[in-house]
Amino acid sequence: MKILSIYDFSNLTQAIHTWLSGKMSVVSTQVVEMILVGTVFLLFFAVLGLVLVYAERKVCAIIQVRLGPMRVGKWGTAQTLADFIKLVFKEPLITRDADKFLFNLAPFIIIIASFMAVAVMPFAKGLQAMDFDIGLFYISAVSSIGVTSILIAGWASNSKYSLIGAIRSGAQILSYELSAGLSLLTIVILTGSLQLSEIVESQADGWWIWKGHVSSIIAFVIFIIAGTAETNRGPFDMAEAESELTAGFHTEYSGIKFAFFFLAEYVNMFIIAAIGATVFFGGWMPLHVGNFEAFNNIMDYIPSVVWFFMKVSAIIFLMMWFRWTFPRLRIDQLLTLEWKYLLPLSLMNILLMAFLSLMGWHF
Amino acid sequence: MNEVTEYFSDIFKGVRSLLKGMSVTGYYFLHPKEIITQQYPENRDVLKVPERFRGELVMPHTADNQHRCTGCSACQLACPNGSIIIVSDRIETPEGKKKKIIDKHVYNLAMCTFCNLCVRACPTDAIVMSNDFEHATYDRGDLIKILNQPGSKVLEGIEE
Repeated sequence: MKILSIYDFSNLTQAIHTWLSGKMSVVSTQVVEMILVGTVFLLFFAVLGLVLVYAERKVCAIIQVRLGPMRVGKWGTAQTLADFIKLVFKEPLITRDADKFLFNLAPFIIIIASFMAVAVMPFAKGLQAMDFDIGLFYISAVSSIGVTSILIAGWASNSKYSLIGAIRSGAQILSYELSAGLSLLTIVILTGSLQLSEIVESQADGWWIWKGHVSSIIAFVIFIIAGTAETNRGPFDMAEAESELTAGFHTEYSGIKFAFFFLAEYVNMFIIAAIGATVFFGGWMPLHVGNFEAFNNIMDYIPSVVWFFMKVSAIIFLMMWFRWTFPRLRIDQLLTLEWKYLLPLSLMNILLMAFLSLMGWHF
Repeated sequence: MNEVTEYFSDIFKGVRSLLKGMSVTGYYFLHPKEIITQQYPENRDVLKVPERFRGELVMPHTADNQHRCTGCSACQLACPNGSIIIVSDRIETPEGKKKKIIDKHVYNLAMCTFCNLCVRACPTDAIVMSNDFEHATYDRGDLIKILNQPGSKVLEGIEE
């Protein structure tokens, strides 16, 4: 545990805090810190969007035996930047008879929802904007605000495609929220806390996916399915369903407002992957196996940020792999999967986990 | 009881088939050598065009300028969009018989859909599809080609 302190970011954040407090009053320190954190997250979102879109296009291409973007920059690395610049310069069109206020509001709500969710994310030891007691509950609550944005966008667009896409998406997200929440609760039984930093700390002697064995693995599989559905990604992209609804709820959006929806999709994917990594794979916690001190110490040499992003990118890759492998579900199949399979299974699983924890059969 | 076992066996079957699909895509992800995309303008020197790729219709000629076309116009009849026109000529053989021979095999590349029906219709295998695909020109007239070279003759023994 000694080495972990080298990579502890709380020293850095504390130093910034004391430096700022020395310069100005308590209130203005608060305000400046909030602006700093907001700016950092804004930049992080921009970089995240560019990187993830590029990664998705490359993964998709290689799976489909293609090369993907290759022309802009070395290996096409600047392609997403070029696309973004193109989107910014495009005209923001509004459909006739659209509800202009709601139409313009919708993209901001979805971005704000992602912003709020990322606030409690423990990126590394001591690198967390907010550490609520009920962090996990907060995340699952806030990430469902996004669906209102989708519904508003679909309604305000004054377009059939958008409305159908939005209604489908609403049904989908509301349904899958249940299994996602229940599968997270399965782990909460073991951690005994909803605080994200505490959930990470509780995995210092092994990740929950290992310590909770059977039940944890089932919970993780259910979580990753429900998470993919919540982000509206394939094979659950009913809300967009290119072949039948053109682009679903964002059919009528163009330019920067479309870019917001596009960015939100990728940020949400990151958030789901980050929750999965934090709850099941120990977040920034290095790979520790029980009491093997030597092994644990070696693992501690890898910085916690690296661990966090390694785990998150592994889960993101898994979600991309899903998207480019599986065919899209029909709307009735989608609801059948949730209500007849995932929900009963996760209820059974939560009972199983309660039993395991009661008998002390977990590690 | 039967329904319950069916429920669980459905889940396992579903998971198995999903994993099978993922193993296929996972294989391709881990084997980038399988990628078939070619970086075209850069790799013109080493470009690999598949053998059966249909670039344009050509009539192969032998070294002494002989081809196998008898001018039977089977290709003209087979062509669904009329991009082949056979202009025939009549000559008198040494025996004194009149005989129809080919004058011009006119092929309009701009109208061709590369369906290969003419090649299949040809009774003497006189025309084939070549791999050459760089046909861009500044003049539409350049796309109308005469396939038999000037002064070429029918190969001996083809017509019998």
